[in-house]
Amino acid sequence: MSAPTGSVPGPRPEPPTGPEPTAGRSPRSLARRRRREALLRFAREYARNRAGMFGLVSLLVIGALALTAPLFIDQTHLTVTGAPGDPFQPPGGDHPLGTDNFGRSVLDLIIWGARVSLTVGLLATFVSVSLGTLAGITAGHFGSSGGTGGRVVASIIMRVTDWFLVLPTLVLAVALAAVLPRGTGTIILAIGLTVWPATARLVRAQTLAVEARPYVERARALGGGHAHVMGWHVLPNVMPVVLAQTTLLVATSIIAESTLAFLGMGDPTTISWGALLQAARTSGAISAGIWWYIVPPGLAIAVVALSFTLCGRAVEAVINPRLRRRS
Amino acid sequence: MSGLLDVRDLNVTYTSGAGDVPAVRGVDLSLEPGDTLGVAGESGSGKSTVALALLRLLPAGTRVTGRILLEGEDVLTMKWGRLRAVRWVGASVVFQGAMHSLNPVRRIGDQIAEPLLVHGTVPAKRVEERVAELLEQVGLPASRAQDHPHRLSGGQRQRVMIAMALACEPRLIIADEATTALDVMIQAQILALLERLVEENGIGMLMISHDLSVLSATCKRVAVMYAGRIVEEGPAHQVVHDPAHPYASALSAAFPKIGDPASRLAPRGLPGDPPDPADPPSGCAFRPRCAMVETVCATVDPPLWPVRPDAVGHSERRAACVHVGSGRDGIEGASTPGETSTEETSR
Amino acid sequence: MTTTPTAADGPTGAGADDAPAPAGPRGPGRAASVAVYVLGRLLTAIVSLFAVIVAGFFLFRILPGDPVRAMTEGREVTAEQREELRRQFGLDQPLWLQFLDYAKGLLHFDLGVSFQYREPVADLILERLGPTLLLAGTGTIIAALLGLFLGTRAGWRPGGRGDRINTAVALFFWSVPTFWLGLLLIVLLASGRGFMPGLFPTGGMVDPTLTGPVERALSTAQHMVLPIVTMVAVIYAQYLMIMRSSLMDEKGADYLTTARAKGLRDALVRRRHAVPNALLPTVTLIFLNLGQVVSGVILVETVFSWPGLGQLFYSGLQVPDIGLVQGLFVVFAASVILMNLLADLVYPLLDPRVRP
Repeated sequence: MSAPTGSVPGPRPEPPTGPEPTAGRSPRSLARRRRREALLRFAREYARNRAGMFGLVSLLVIGALALTAPLFIDQTHLTVTGAPGDPFQPPGGDHPLGTDNFGRSVLDLIIWGARVSLTVGLLATFVSVSLGTLAGITAGHFGSSGGTGGRVVASIIMRVTDWFLVLPTLVLAVALAAVLPRGTGTIILAIGLTVWPATARLVRAQTLAVEARPYVERARALGGGHAHVMGWHVLPNVMPVVLAQTTLLVATSIIAESTLAFLGMGDPTTISWGALLQAARTSGAISAGIWWYIVPPGLAIAVVALSFTLCGRAVEAVINPRLRRRS
Repeated sequence: MSGLLDVRDLNVTYTSGAGDVPAVRGVDLSLEPGDTLGVAGESGSGKSTVALALLRLLPAGTRVTGRILLEGEDVLTMKWGRLRAVRWVGASVVFQGAMHSLNPVRRIGDQIAEPLLVHGTVPAKRVEERVAELLEQVGLPASRAQDHPHRLSGGQRQRVMIAMALACEPRLIIADEATTALDVMIQAQILALLERLVEENGIGMLMISHDLSVLSATCKRVAVMYAGRIVEEGPAHQVVHDPAHPYASALSAAFPKIGDPASRLAPRGLPGDPPDPADPPSGCAFRPRCAMVETVCATVDPPLWPVRPDAVGHSERRAACVHVGSGRDGIEGASTPGETSTEETSR
Repeated sequence: MTTTPTAADGPTGAGADDAPAPAGPRGPGRAASVAVYVLGRLLTAIVSLFAVIVAGFFLFRILPGDPVRAMTEGREVTAEQREELRRQFGLDQPLWLQFLDYAKGLLHFDLGVSFQYREPVADLILERLGPTLLLAGTGTIIAALLGLFLGTRAGWRPGGRGDRINTAVALFFWSVPTFWLGLLLIVLLASGRGFMPGLFPTGGMVDPTLTGPVERALSTAQHMVLPIVTMVAVIYAQYLMIMRSSLMDEKGADYLTTARAKGLRDALVRRRHAVPNALLPTVTLIFLNLGQVVSGVILVETVFSWPGLGQLFYSGLQVPDIGLVQGLFVVFAASVILMNLLADLVYPLLDPRVRP
């Protein structure tokens, strides 16, 4: 009996699990469970918002279409030379939404255009939200607990933010797009670099609120450095606001993309919704009254922008029942 | 049936998405012309809800039942036009926290003049004169009419509020935490002012405060509210210095009494929080915090009983506790405890 | 005692109840504080303006690397022509000297020369300023009135039928690209093919064949309809949403209960008490968002060939005429900064609390 019998599986699991049941769950698993519950609660609340659900469903459908587009659209049909139809065919038959000036199916173009428009919208939002969050948290954190030097940095950041906030966004974005090499990357950068200030202000306000909470005070008292406080305490608490803002910003970015493309700032060979409208205008579809070349791209932009806006408002309503104003 | 104000079985329920929240449960109040009545209680006891209910100022969707007779006329069944006419003329309100109760972007004079113009109390060309008169009555120079509220101190704003409340010479003034958030000296000044004006003009006053000492100094009678109900009622001096209900004694002990070193040396707080009005405890609502709790308290929510049935003037002093006066016998004798209606005992 | 003297006493403190005039300074002191306020705002605006000029310089002269290449992009130019351009635009000088030159020129409203028109940018801008002001001014005023009116309606009864319809329509217009709406209107009402053909002209500002001043004015009005409708549709939505939420924020305010208790009817409570307060944050936000009016003007003028600054900007972009675009960039940014300065100076009239 006294000889250790390694093959007996019985007592082996004892030591590792021993302290677990007595001390309850480890703090990490507890935190994880709490986070899961919060997420579930969020989903339930969100599901009750009808407009938000509408937006979500329509985005899922459009996203799925955009992702699977290569499976059912022949890419050669999207080239000027491989166009399957005659120029400006009205809707019907092979082309449910008619054809453009080269004879390409407008429906195909719209579905394909979703890929570029959504990509640009999402990436530009990512750039601007990252910038805005960084600026907002830095300004908020050092503004409230950074000493004299920190406060100077914070106030400089906010001055710059306010300056950007006042500038006409489109003019700045167009200027950037005009001087940088033409391309989708430039468009993303031009939008991302100009629409961040609103996020920065929002995040700063939220950061100030979080920093005033007692547990942040405690973390600081226990010797938590700036990076620790910002990364561990402020960032997770700012995330809900950032999420709502992100969703709203995607709508703005998609509209901005179409606007820049329409002003001729985009790469003329990429197919995006804005580029389609620009092409419609330059090909004389407007004066010729070719409505099927003009209505669908704009409607697509409107539906996607509206869907993102509805989602964003729903998220906002869930995390902050007292609806914030939109700026 | 009283002359000025007679509230019977007032129930107020806030309706929200999460469910109904009863804020006031079966409150009776009465006030004679020129009389003063205090209503005391913690925040959340329903006292401010009572104040707002008297002029039907509660948010839309709030359920109010019972009877509120203002000079014999039921406020709850009035048509809108009549209600608007009664507001400020029949009864006016001195609201709590005068900072937010005054419109920050309009001149004080305009705000005082507003009810005069709306109700046509004085001819339009006399309005300015009347505003000046009212300001002087509360001890402010008439030139203050040109100022905006933020230029005044807290005490001055409260004076403006009082001047405004007096504008249409109402028969009843409801002072809702009129002196809260003021410094003690100013509080005394405002109280003295209110007292003097009410007395001079023969106005009835319903004074609502969390501060029993303020009420005992100003009012003839006091009612103590807890969790939407009146738990003790009687002459102010008796309720404050010799409370019968355990909650009233706790509330009374929470404020220092002048000339009583014991209360200063051993201030007694009340442990715990008021009950969640959406989910009140069974039986007596004060049970979870009561030092004298007994098993019977979990099943019985006692109505207001006369405190000393044998004493002279017993009808003036009532409390809702099984330990009080005839309460115990009443409970034990009653076949359906808690069902004994308040009407019965109030007669 | 639970009284907290600081809670509701504002800046003057309750202890000074009967002390004489705890209010702000009057007389000469007041004039001085007004001057300080105005000077402060002026200084902020000047700093912002300077930053815009630096940004413009950086953006158009440094970022593209070689401005001459940017200026002549897509064209055949000889090396001599390049050198000539370089000399003409002072690009052979050191950078800081170039900036100094540029800044000095700006002081005399010299915005450089347009490469495309071979004319001073300032002259081009002055020429086109009138039409833009007409369009932007009319559009903004109509949009503000409409947005504030509908926003007040929606925000006073949130969740009601009127609110739901108003909000839905506003959100739709908010989600629609400005230029697309313009294109759609042209197709529908002006192209000669839509369902109400040729009701309005497709572009321009006035029928050039007309000579009489009255006819020309009427023609301008007719030309303005579609651009204005487009601008208003996109801008009003934002004003509506801002006003709506401001009013919703005010709805619970104590002074509204006071007003109701006084016996005011609902419409009066709204008009006299709630709206003036809700307007304060709204006005701030409207001015803060003026940059979007500029965006709207650029797009609407482009779509409707309105002979204003926006169209000039668009035509400069197509070349690209860097000098012109840079000049317009500075002018657009400066006008927004100027309007914000104006808002800062006017705001104290609306809100007595911030009066110096």
